[in-house]
Amino acid sequence: MTKIGVVTFPGSLDERDAHRAIRLAGAEPVALWHGDHDLQGVDALVLPGGFSYGDYLRAGAIASISPIMTEVVAAANAGMPVLGICNGFQVLVEAHLLPGGLIRNDHGTFIRRDQVLKVECTDTAWTHQFEQGQDIVIPLKNGEGGYIADAETLAELEGEGRVVFRYRHVNPNGSLNDIAGITNAGRNVVGLMPHPEHAVEPGFGPDTSVAMRSGTDGLKLFTAAIEALQAV
Amino acid sequence: MPTIVVEVMPKAELLDPQGKAIAGALARTGRGEFQVRQGKRFELTVPGVVTQELLDEVREIAEHVLSNGVIEDVVGVRVLEPAARQEV
Repeated sequence: MTKIGVVTFPGSLDERDAHRAIRLAGAEPVALWHGDHDLQGVDALVLPGGFSYGDYLRAGAIASISPIMTEVVAAANAGMPVLGICNGFQVLVEAHLLPGGLIRNDHGTFIRRDQVLKVECTDTAWTHQFEQGQDIVIPLKNGEGGYIADAETLAELEGEGRVVFRYRHVNPNGSLNDIAGITNAGRNVVGLMPHPEHAVEPGFGPDTSVAMRSGTDGLKLFTAAIEALQAV
Repeated sequence: MPTIVVEVMPKAELLDPQGKAIAGALARTGRGEFQVRQGKRFELTVPGVVTQELLDEVREIAEHVLSNGVIEDVVGVRVLEPAARQEV
């Protein structure tokens, strides 16, 4: 069975939901610890949401130099699928696996909403089961989700089609170009601020036009990674 | 023991929501003439003497750990004079 590791840092919050999403998608979740130098033979990695080290220094900054990140960076550079969700996305940019940075929301407050995203890049390990241009609904909850990068980096991301998810209808945090998620040049590392692991089971997902809490669009990121790994 | 002070500010061209919120609060108390930007000050205390080599190493740490060059600038790395410290 495909094994997907979930790294717990001090202050991670959503690793159990990530485990549950991985299990529902049909793989075996493996708990990984920030202080180890061991990925336990997993096939893919999830860096979960939360507030590692209480967002001290900068969100994700201290976690990005924790022991296990040596192995995470090496595995990502060798092509392993890596998904960073919210704080996990912040860790990925601080570890330089993804370009740019995330700053405090422009309105200065924490925001929680069921957010419509447009899927713009479907050739990553995590998004190939979506249709190009498809709208999906994924819960968003963060205080520092404003994506920024210099003009050159933004042009590169846009030019190479590496903006994976874009906010639709409303820009909830001031992110440049409405960017909600991006990928690396190798298309194996994806980071996004919204939480796909909270949209995997009817009755517990975001509200959709069909019914309350019925949204399960997030499950496809996990089933996509499993399918990509099994195809190798 | 000598102390090295590192100061980091959000990049000038970026929105600083914290500074903006503080400016808004000041305006509500009748002091609306200020623009505010909020940065960070780190104090690194070391045993012994601060050599140029150590200062260079601290500058390296400041640029790669204490700040993120995408969103922030290191605006100062200096040794805190003992007299100045007492004043603080």
